[in-house]
This record gives sequence, structure tokens and C-alpha cells, in this order.
Amino acid sequence: MRSLSEIETAVKRASKAAGFSWGNSEEIGKSIRQLELFGLPGVKNLNQYYTDKQKIKFEDLNLISEKNKPLLEAYCPIILGISFLDQIKLVENFEIIKFEKIAYPVIFLSFLSRASEISGKKIYAKLDQNEILLNLNVNICSSFFNQEFPEFVDKVEIKFLNNKDNFTEIEWNNLYKLAENTFVEESDSLKQAAAGAGLTDND
Amino acid sequence: MKVELRDPNTIMKLSRLGSFHQSKLSFLRSFLSEFKDWDYKKDLFNLDQNGYGEAVYSFKKKDRVYSLICFANKIKDKERSDRVIATKWDAAFTLHDGVPSKDDIKRLKNEVPKQEVGRLSFKELTLSRANKSVRVFNHVVEYLSEGKQPDLNLLSKVGYLYRTTAVYGSGKFGLADRFRIKNREEINGPFRLEMMLVYLVRQFTFDQVNHVAYYKNPKKAVKLEKQICKNLGIGNSTGLGMAPFIVNHPTLLNNWILSRETALKKIREIKIVKNEDSELFKDCVKKSLKNITSWNTDSEYQQNKIRLLLKDVEGFIIYIENNFDFKTEYPFNTLYLWLEKNVCEECIEYIVSIMMEPYNNITDPLVANMSSDEEKYFNIPTNRTVQELIDIIEARYPNILEINFDQKENNQNFWFISKNKEEPRLADRFEEHGSELEQPLAIARDIKKLYEKLLSEKDNSTIAKFLSFNSELRHVVRRAFIIEKFPYSEIQDNTISKSIIPIDMLRLKLSFFGALKFDPRSDKWLRICMFQGAPLPYELKNYDEQWVYKTSN
Repeated sequence: MRSLSEIETAVKRASKAAGFSWGNSEEIGKSIRQLELFGLPGVKNLNQYYTDKQKIKFEDLNLISEKNKPLLEAYCPIILGISFLDQIKLVENFEIIKFEKIAYPVIFLSFLSRASEISGKKIYAKLDQNEILLNLNVNICSSFFNQEFPEFVDKVEIKFLNNKDNFTEIEWNNLYKLAENTFVEESDSLKQAAAGAGLTDND
Repeated sequence: MKVELRDPNTIMKLSRLGSFHQSKLSFLRSFLSEFKDWDYKKDLFNLDQNGYGEAVYSFKKKDRVYSLICFANKIKDKERSDRVIATKWDAAFTLHDGVPSKDDIKRLKNEVPKQEVGRLSFKELTLSRANKSVRVFNHVVEYLSEGKQPDLNLLSKVGYLYRTTAVYGSGKFGLADRFRIKNREEINGPFRLEMMLVYLVRQFTFDQVNHVAYYKNPKKAVKLEKQICKNLGIGNSTGLGMAPFIVNHPTLLNNWILSRETALKKIREIKIVKNEDSELFKDCVKKSLKNITSWNTDSEYQQNKIRLLLKDVEGFIIYIENNFDFKTEYPFNTLYLWLEKNVCEECIEYIVSIMMEPYNNITDPLVANMSSDEEKYFNIPTNRTVQELIDIIEARYPNILEINFDQKENNQNFWFISKNKEEPRLADRFEEHGSELEQPLAIARDIKKLYEKLLSEKDNSTIAKFLSFNSELRHVVRRAFIIEKFPYSEIQDNTISKSIIPIDMLRLKLSFFGALKFDPRSDKWLRICMFQGAPLPYELKNYDEQWVYKTSN
């Protein structure tokens, strides 16, 4: 088994050889390492992407807006991912960010995952019909379980989710009430002595 | 009195970094301190009469066990090479996480001797190999087998029975990734498992030499005396492979240097020094003279440095004995200022290291700060502005900005990775091919390039926008934001100049390892000795902390 450190180093060097700058290659190394840590096919997809990249001129998107559509070919998932990371302060204010045609979207997901950590918000992504939740770069939940990630997706929607509870107030109150059963009802003498503080705070 | 930390623009120059010496903060010393109350055991010693076979040594505490697995092999003299191109070694080692099963040993027997072309698993933590100093090893076997102790003069000249030629860790060749073990308290210090490996290898070399001598002449053979063992270390041959590490790990480098600088600052701020502390300091300085006079090297460059160091340390001893009173206030500050005025860089750093000896209360807490969670500082704050980045560069790289990279001598060399061995190398860009595949290690040049580019941008433009059109400078944008928070994270020198002495970079790292007796074999590789004078495993529970200054070799 390859260690994550070996994966990161090899990806960084391969990315430089594939034409990316050293700084961008460092970003790719980190991202693919993260995908592999999550058990997602980072090395496999990057390999295929670099093979395709020799034949197809994928488009770079340097400045992201709410709706993004390439002129001819699909977007390069790497430049798109790095732009997304770099412009996180801008894009997190958009309600929904839409992209058309992205090549090897699982590679893009690795950058979204890191973007989720930087922004401190979960990110919801919809790749055609498949849904993905990027959870602060701690994990990635997806409906891709047991199916191959596609080489291309036509429609992508991304939403930053506001930090809010996954449960209702009633559910919380019920649980809290149960937790209260571990507390002791204080008698007068306990109220006076058990906290350890003085009886008056006048000074 | 408040003493300022020393200026990174002075300390981070290569000539200064290449003058660093081991100290209480060094990793092999902090390793001994951490593992002194662990149980040491020789679990397996299955060597034939010529000393070939397997051995296992372990450190254990509660449920945690680290086991060194050794494989000693027969090789021909002509196959013995310290260079990275070697494919066979006298012995190969791995540090295994836990107690190895028979299957583990069988698996590792097939992989560990192959080193870089073998595959390890997440159950292995470090990997190494070593070659005998054949001259010393055979001499010791010869003498012991005849019932005599070896010639101490010969041992003193070399200082070890074996020298390692590489020690790998952190995920190399399938070894466990650092993240798997980083929360273990006992290894909360850099290179602690690498130090453990080397320390246990040292013990293996003594056991092996005794074993071979015994089988050579079972009736007469004696064991190598413990005091002689103690004065032997483990040699190490180190080439350029180590140099890029300190460039590629800026926050880690910062934390090493910052710990050293913080220790010095706190020591200089001590108003009244206790008599016992000043006596300990003076004792270490005087006893350390033996380390200098027994420091052998054929390198003229190092011989000159040693001569100057010896002269300066002797001068310093005369000064503290005759013209200095430790009862004055802030004595270490006065001493430090005297050093700055009167001695060479090598001597300044030598004495700075010794100043730490009496002060466990200062150094111990700093040891815990010498690792780094590098991932935390990887992301670039792209919402910052061009002007802010310009300000950082002007404040943190003033000398770098003065270098003219259009001059050939300032752009003479390039760093590359060799295809044969996947190891870093340095070459003349005007003489050799391959500079188009240059590694991103010319930080000074690229920072200057970044600075010039930034000057042509709008001040209030964001870094995000700048990067979208200047991705070739991304690696140095990242570094500039790192140095803003970590002032000692960058070598303040030109690593591609004609005059670069690469061993300065190696020496910096090796001094933090705790190496002694740097012996440059060229400007690109050197030999050192580790653990010479260190307590033997059976002595660990109660040993003299200043052992470094008390070796008899």
C-alpha cells in the first residue's frame, strides 16, 4: 500500500510534469492526498485526466461568477478548484454557484472539500443527478457509493450551507430533558455549601 | 531586562546555520530524556558465527512497544558503498510498531535489506541501513577474540563500528504516515523514532562485534568493555538528500530555530545566576575542549574552522576564568555580547549551545514546541492585498532583495532530482543539462521575482486576483505568508549562488539531530557521529545529562 506521503509527493511531481506551476502542483498534491484518505479515487482520476489533457484543451476558469459556462471544452477541474479556493471569500457569498461541463469532477471535489474547511461551512454539491456533502474537510458524503465517478458532468450546482443544527428544537429539548436526569436536585444545605463559593459577594 | 530574539537576517544566513552545534534541544538528547524510563530488551539475537542473521531490540512502556528489527548480511568489500547508489549494505534495519510476529520478520527479511526498492507497511515506522567501518570492526573482533581490549587510539580516530547511510521515516517506501502516530505523547518531538532506531542500532553493533569475536575464539574471547562501548557512537554519511528538507518544511525549521533562540533569550535574561549553574556551564565548556581536539577531519575547510574554534574557545575560557564575575547581574547576556564582539560564528553558536546545559527548566518546555502541524499553514490567505504582501517581503527578506540575479554567479546552480535515485542534486546551470527541470528550491531568486512582479500591480488588488494570472509564483506567495508568522522559517541566503556551501544546510539539520564531529568529505557530503558518549541502554534510568562533554574519544 502506498502511504499518503508517497501519494502527495508523486502527485506534486507528476502535476509539475503535466504543466502546472510548482505552487499549483503543491495544491494538487494536498487535494489528491485528501481524496485518497477519504477512500475516493483521486490517483485514478488524476491519471486519466492527465492522459486526456494531452489530447483535449480543457478550459481554465480563473474568475468564478454565479453562472459559469465554458466556451468549448469542459473546465479543467484543477484550475477551477484552485480558483475556487483562492476566491472563497467571494464565492461563499453567492447563493448558488452553477457550472456547466467539468472534467473529472472528483478532482474538483477535493478542492471543494478544502474550501469547506477554509470557509467553516458545509458545502452541498450536485453533479448532474448525484448529491454530495462536503463536511469541513473531515469527510465527504456522496450518493456515488458503489458507482464510478463520471469523467465529465454537464451541470454542477454548489451551495454553501449556513451553520445550523440538523435537528429540531423539540428533538433537542427531548434529549436535553433526558440528560437532566443525571443532575441532583439541590437541598437548602447543598445550595449553601456544595458550590464552594462565599454566601455573599459584597465587598 | 528584556532581551530581543536574535535577528533572523543574521541567524538564518547559511554561514551561521552551518556553525550550529548540538545542544540540549537536539533530538537525540530529547529522545534519551523521553525514553529513559522505558523498558529496554534484546528480544531476539539469531546471528550465525560470522554475525549474519536477525536480531530484535525493543523499548516498552505499558501497552506500547517499539521494536528494532536488524538484518545483518554478508557483502563483498567491493559492494560496500556509502553512496545512495549502493544496493547492498552490511546491515539493514526497520523500527516496527509493536511486537513483530514471525510472519512480520519473514516479510521484512525480504524487504528491509532492499531498502528503497523494498516495500514496507504502515506497521513500520522508520527504515535504515549501515555499513561497517571494516578497519575498526575487524580490529575490535581480532583483539576481543584474543582476550584483549582494542586500541583506543584507532577507535578514537573513527568513533564508531558502523555508520548509517540513510534513515527514512514519515511514509517513505510505504512506512507509516506521520498522521497515524502523531498523537502519541512520547514522540511529540521531531525525528524521535529515527533517533530511537539509530540508538538501538548502536547497541546492535556492540552485541554483534562481541558475538563474532566470541565465535572466533570461544575460549579466549572477552567482551568489549562497557566504557569503550559508551565512547563509541554510530557514524552517518550524509549527502545532499538532506538539504532540501529544511527548505521544504519552513514552519518546522522555524520551530527548531525559534526554540533555540528563545532558550538563548531566556538565559540572557537571567538576572542572578546560581553558583552551581555557572560552575556547570564552565565545567562543560572546559570539558568540551576534548570534543574539539578529538575532532578529526581531512577537510581543510573544516580543519580551519576547528582551529579557529579551538583558539576562540580557549580565549573564552581565559576570559571567564580571569576577567569575568558570574556574580554580576545578567552574566550570560554580558558573555553573549562579549562573544559577538570577540569570536567567530562557530564559537558563538558553540557557546550558545553550552549555555543551555544548566537550564532544563528553560529547554524542556521548548522541546515540545519543535514539531509543526504544517497543514495548518498551507492555505494562502488570498483575501489579503498586494500591498500587504509587498510589506511582508520588504520586512522579512531585506537582504534577499539586494541580490542581483542577473549576475551569473548569483544564478549559477540549480537543484534537481536525479532520475537514477530520486535524490536531490545540485549542478551548474551553465555547464550541465536539466535546469529546465529545476526544483523550487531557489527561494531567494523567486521571492525577488515575486517582489518585482508585485510592484507592477495595483496595491489594493487581492492576492486571489494576483494568483489567477501569476500561478508560477504561487509557491513563494505561500512562503511569504508563512514567514510573516514564522520569522525563522526561511534561509536568508541564496541557495543557488556560485559560492553556496551546501554542507552548511546539512550541518544545520544534523546539529539539531545532535550530531558531533562534522567531517566534510567535500562541499556536498559529510560524515558525522551520533550518540558518542551516550549512556548505554542499561544506564538510561540514571545517566549524566552532560554526557556529550564527557566522552573520552
